[in-house]
Amino acid sequence: MKKPIYLDNHATTPMDPRVLEAMLPYYTEKFGNAASRNHSFGWQAEEAVEKARKQVADLVGATAKEIVFTSGATESDNLAIKGVAEMYAEKGDHIITVATEHKAVLDTCRRLEKHGCRVTYLPVKREGLVDLDRLREAITERTILISVMQANNEIGVIQPIAEIGAIARERGVLFHSDATQAIGKVAVDVIRDNIDLMSLSAHKMYGPKGTGALYVRRRNPRVQLTAQMDGGGHERGMRSGTLNVPGIVGFGEACAICQREMAGESARLAGLRDRLKDRLLAELDDVYVNGSMGHRLPNNLNMSFAFVEGESLLMGLNDVAVSSGSACTSATLEPSYVLKALGVGDELAHTSIRFGLGRFNTAEEVNYVAGRVVEVVTRLRELSPLYEMAKEGVDLKKVQWAKE
Amino acid sequence: MYSDKVLDHYANPRNVGALDKSDPSVGTGMVGAPECGDVMKLQIKVSGDSEVIVDAKFKTFGCGSAIASSSLATEWLKGRTIDEALEIRNTDIVNELSLPPVKIHCSVLAEDAIKAAIEDYRKKRSGRNDGG
Repeated sequence: MKKPIYLDNHATTPMDPRVLEAMLPYYTEKFGNAASRNHSFGWQAEEAVEKARKQVADLVGATAKEIVFTSGATESDNLAIKGVAEMYAEKGDHIITVATEHKAVLDTCRRLEKHGCRVTYLPVKREGLVDLDRLREAITERTILISVMQANNEIGVIQPIAEIGAIARERGVLFHSDATQAIGKVAVDVIRDNIDLMSLSAHKMYGPKGTGALYVRRRNPRVQLTAQMDGGGHERGMRSGTLNVPGIVGFGEACAICQREMAGESARLAGLRDRLKDRLLAELDDVYVNGSMGHRLPNNLNMSFAFVEGESLLMGLNDVAVSSGSACTSATLEPSYVLKALGVGDELAHTSIRFGLGRFNTAEEVNYVAGRVVEVVTRLRELSPLYEMAKEGVDLKKVQWAKE
Repeated sequence: MYSDKVLDHYANPRNVGALDKSDPSVGTGMVGAPECGDVMKLQIKVSGDSEVIVDAKFKTFGCGSAIASSSLATEWLKGRTIDEALEIRNTDIVNELSLPPVKIHCSVLAEDAIKAAIEDYRKKRSGRNDGG
C-alpha cells in the first residue's frame, strides 16, 4: 500500500493512464490547431475534437453540437449564468439558485446582483435537499434562470434534478445545472431531466485539468447565450479561444471510460464508502453523518467528529489526504457554508471531514484510513476539554463561553 | 506548513490532563468557544507561600498550533512565580513556535488562558482570605 493515501477525489482525481495515453500524440505529432481549415494538421485536430465532443455528449444524453468546450466548470458556470442573464435581459432579471451551490455559481450570481439582477438563494432542508415548494414559490414572471447543482462537492447530496427540471420546463424558465461532481458517478441525462445548460469538468472524472464543457440545449427550447469572451468565434461563437486539443481528447476518453465502467465502479465505491461509514460509526461515539445518505454520491462521505477540531484531525492523518469543513482549513477562516446551510452548528462544522473515494482506491486503503481516523480522533479527544466536559455530563450549549 | 516545534508539541503534547478544580491551590482558565473552533483549558497548581507554579495541565480543542501553544505554555509555567507567569507574552509563543500570521490568535488564546488561570487562582485565594 502506497502512502500518502489519496481520499480527496472531490477536489480532483488522478488522471487515468488510458486518458493520458489518448492525449499524448496531440501534444507532439498531432499538434494542429482545430481551427486550421486548410491543411491536414488542422483536420486531424478537428477530427479528434469532434470525436471527443461526441464522447462527452453520449455520456449525458446530449448531441455533439450541444457541447461547448471550456477551460473547466468554473468557466462553464460563469458562461451559462452570465450568458443567459445578458441574452435574456429583456425577458427578465431574476435568477434562482441554492445556498449550497459551488462558489463558481454563487459568486457569479453575486456579481450579477451588482449589475441589477435579483437573485433568490433557496435554503436547503436538514439533509441538504432543495425544498421544491419553496422553488415553485420563488418563480416569478421575471425569472429567467434556475441554477441547481446535481451533486454537492462537500456533502455529495444529489438534488431532485428531474423534479426541478420539470418545474422549470412547466414555468418556461431555463434550467442550468452544475454536474461537476455527479458526472461519471451517477447517470446524468439532459433529456430525462429537462436540463437546458449543464457544466462539466474533466479533472473530477480522471481526465486532465483545464478542460471542461458547457452543454447548451439546441432544441425545445433553443438556448442562446451572450459570449463572455471576445475573439475568433470558436465553439459556435459561444466561447472564443484556440481549443485545448489534447485536453479535449482526454476529456472525451475519460467520458468514454466512465460510460463503460460507471455502473460497476459506483457500486464498488458505494460499498467501500459504506464500510468506512459503518466502521467509524461503530468504533467512535459522537460522530455524525452530514447530509442525506439516501440521496448521495456513491463516493462521498462527510462526517463530523464532535469535540475534535478538523485541522488538528487532518494534521494527525498525515498519511491520508482528505479535507475539512473547519474554518482553519479555509481561505476565508469561516467554517463550511454548506454545512451551515444544513443547520449544522459551527461547533460541529469545525469538526467535519470530507472523504472522497475514487477509481484507484482499494479496500485495503479504505480500511487503513478508517483505522487511522479512529486512532487520531481517540487521541485528540483525550486532549479535548470539550470531550471531557461532555463525558462529565456538561451541556456544552449551556456553557457561557468567553468569546474573543 | 507547520514548524518542527509545532509538530513536536502536537505529536508529544506536554502536561495533558486535569487538576482538581475544587482544590484551592489550583487555578483554572478556560478560553475560546466551540463555535470559533478553539477552546483551551489551562490549569495551574500554586504553592501558597512562594506563589510558585508547581504544576500545570492543559486540554485544548483546536488546530495543531493551538494545541502546541497551550502545551508550550504549560512547559513554561512550571517553576515560575505567578508574577513571572504574567510576563509571558503571546509574541514569545509566536517566536518559539514560528507561528505564521494566521495562527497568531492561537498564541493570544494561550496568553489569555494563562491570565484566566491566574485570575481564577487569585479569586479563590482572596475569597478565602475575605471569608477567613
